[in-house]
Amino acid sequence: MNKIGKYVLGIAALIFMTNCGNNNSNSNSGAMSSSKAEKVYVAPGEHDEYYAFFSGGYSGNITVAGLPSGRMLKEIPVFSQFPTSGYGYSEETKAMLNTSFGFVPWGDAHHPDISQTNGELDGRWIFINENNTPRIARVSLATFETEEIIELPNSAGNHASSFVTENTEYIVAGTRFAVPNPQRDMPISDMKGEFKGPLSFVSIAENGRMNLEFQLNMPGFNYDLAHPGRNKSHGWFFFTSYNTEEANTLMEVNASQNDKDYVAAVNWKKIVDYVKNGGGKKAPGTYAHNVYDDKTHMATSTMKEGVTMVDPREVEGAVFYIPIPKSPHGCDVDPSGQFIIGSGKLSTDLSVYDFDKMITAIENKDFVDDSYGIPVLSYENTLAGVVTQPGLGPLHTEFDGQGNAYTTFFISSEVVKWSLETFEVLDRQPTFYSVGHLMIPGGNSRKPFGKYLVAMNKITKDRYLPTGPELEHSAQLYDISGDKMELLSDFPTHGEPHYAAGIRADVIKDKSKKYYELSENEHPYAAKSEAEAKVTRNGNEVHINMTTIRSHFAPDNIEGIKVGDKVYFHITNLEQDFDVPHGFSIIGANTSEILVMPGQTKSIVWEPKREGVWPFYCTDFCSALHQEMQGYVRVSGKNSNVPLKYTLDE
Amino acid sequence: MRTLTKILVLVLSLTLFCCGGNDKKEDVSYGKKEPAKTVSKVPASQRVELSNKGAGSITKVDLPLVVDDELAAHGKEVYDKMCTACHKAEKKFIGPSPKGILERRSPEWVMNMILNPEKMVKEDQLARDLLMEFNGSPMANQNLTQEEARAVLEYFRTL
Repeated sequence: MNKIGKYVLGIAALIFMTNCGNNNSNSNSGAMSSSKAEKVYVAPGEHDEYYAFFSGGYSGNITVAGLPSGRMLKEIPVFSQFPTSGYGYSEETKAMLNTSFGFVPWGDAHHPDISQTNGELDGRWIFINENNTPRIARVSLATFETEEIIELPNSAGNHASSFVTENTEYIVAGTRFAVPNPQRDMPISDMKGEFKGPLSFVSIAENGRMNLEFQLNMPGFNYDLAHPGRNKSHGWFFFTSYNTEEANTLMEVNASQNDKDYVAAVNWKKIVDYVKNGGGKKAPGTYAHNVYDDKTHMATSTMKEGVTMVDPREVEGAVFYIPIPKSPHGCDVDPSGQFIIGSGKLSTDLSVYDFDKMITAIENKDFVDDSYGIPVLSYENTLAGVVTQPGLGPLHTEFDGQGNAYTTFFISSEVVKWSLETFEVLDRQPTFYSVGHLMIPGGNSRKPFGKYLVAMNKITKDRYLPTGPELEHSAQLYDISGDKMELLSDFPTHGEPHYAAGIRADVIKDKSKKYYELSENEHPYAAKSEAEAKVTRNGNEVHINMTTIRSHFAPDNIEGIKVGDKVYFHITNLEQDFDVPHGFSIIGANTSEILVMPGQTKSIVWEPKREGVWPFYCTDFCSALHQEMQGYVRVSGKNSNVPLKYTLDE
Repeated sequence: MRTLTKILVLVLSLTLFCCGGNDKKEDVSYGKKEPAKTVSKVPASQRVELSNKGAGSITKVDLPLVVDDELAAHGKEVYDKMCTACHKAEKKFIGPSPKGILERRSPEWVMNMILNPEKMVKEDQLARDLLMEFNGSPMANQNLTQEEARAVLEYFRTL
């Protein structure tokens, strides 16, 4: 018995251990803590560590994602109409999309850049350029709304933009397509020497307002990308240019003939002084300047005329060209401001220029040539070194603040890490597929947050479930905190992100606006309480000042509207709490809905075409009684005598 | 063999006991559970709960014997702007009328309801019952300051 008893007890102990051991999995988690999954996992209810702002390319907007999760947080409408919120459709925001060509409902958003103070990201605003109808927008990082858009006259293809100097003094806008300046009717084949590539300098005031200070009327090459000097090179701006051949047809062949194109080095401080002292000539140029006011909740568009045009040859010691291998793209400045990295996209080497050597060469007038009167510095004498054969098709470089640079290679589909000290390649990781730009949060500032790198790939192919011929572009997240880069995850991005900007979340998240103060609402048609709600008629124009709160409209029954009227619904959301918007739409409106934030007023126009009783409703689920949030408008015949009447609960 | 059976039973129950903790099995009682509280037949809006201070940051309000007219006038201003979309003095609207509210509620309860309706609905049974009585229409948090809520309370004393 004893034997059996011991035996049974032994089994019991075994069952006890195995059974319960399985349930007690916490003890094993230590070994898993460095898994890739855990590195990108943000638990439900927790926040990401970084915001990443991706340009939407041909979507015209910015999408915001959290890092490391890659979760999409928001799409911010900038250059394109956005029915989700009514941006560009509402009466208040149509003016944001006004240009010298009239209303343009779409844009091609390219390079976002976050405002800086002393070379560090300060999280006040994010700027982004539009390529097709040259414009720059400023988006508030308190409201995540576009507050201002300025058009750039005399420019075409605003690509080398919208990069910020280290105290947000200026942003630049370079011309990607050389054009006649001023525009005129002339034979295309007479381009050489006749076309220009103006570089625009836009100043930023303390409150963020943009002003087109001057344009530098450069020779007619294609200005592709730019970066301001930092730290020791603050005061300079560097632009890559291609098509120094000045070809006007079959560009993919004819613009790639020269062995070298140019980096334009511009001492903008010198030119600012020159202009302040009366330099430059007043030149024609019509451009729209659109400003959104978050007190009136309205945008205004002002058409401006004329710009100060500066001839680069007339400002002594301000503008130089530096030769760079074949058809360059990125032009990136390291955090110390010492190195300028030029990526000749048809070259196999990376050229690294030394700012000190450049200054010495300028002082010694060490010029090898001139191009339309602009001195060309010696390639060899400005070079700090070359990163030899790092990959094929170098495009763009950012930095980790630890002495390393990271460059994308489009043709060989990889990200390459190299040392700023030895110019030796330290690591390479494949991307899937054909990477364009990369982004390290703060990676183009004095103080990068060198923890993550996001590669923005142009081609997605088999990375996700197929969704027909078109796939969203793929981004890839790498951990760069160790010696070797580690690919952590793939996530889709919207449109075509040409570039992105990232910032540590804590810099902006506490300043994020939760609602607009009703008491500060200065909209001329605001109804700041139900007592102020009203309907007024002026000829065939009817204004309805209406309010919303969970979950009813005031008024919600309106009579006396006639076929042929132009009815303005001005909706004020009386809520004063976080995340309680109300929407508004009405059958037969030839526009989008509007989503009205707490404390805000937004308007749409409705032109009733048929007699009847027509419902309107709230489009955003707002409470358990959201489905009941609706009202009726009675529309009578053109010549009817139904009196104007508006009620709630009568 | 009896001993063996006993040991086996012991083993099995030990195993069950050990692992039971992880399964958290409870007695099955579908359809049998009674609510802890007996539901009052008086509608929440008519119930008198003068000692209930509600849930929130307001724990003590001293009302002066005489109404502070200046404060009440300020309270009316705030109330007209922020509250009248749902509350009307002369009738039941989206929410109840504030008339005579202090005959049924403590001043602390009223201020907590104004300042933190989300917490009240979670933690205060009366606030929860009111939500159901008023068709599930939530009291909006209009983000009044404590001073504004106090002024509104003073205004309620004049109704």
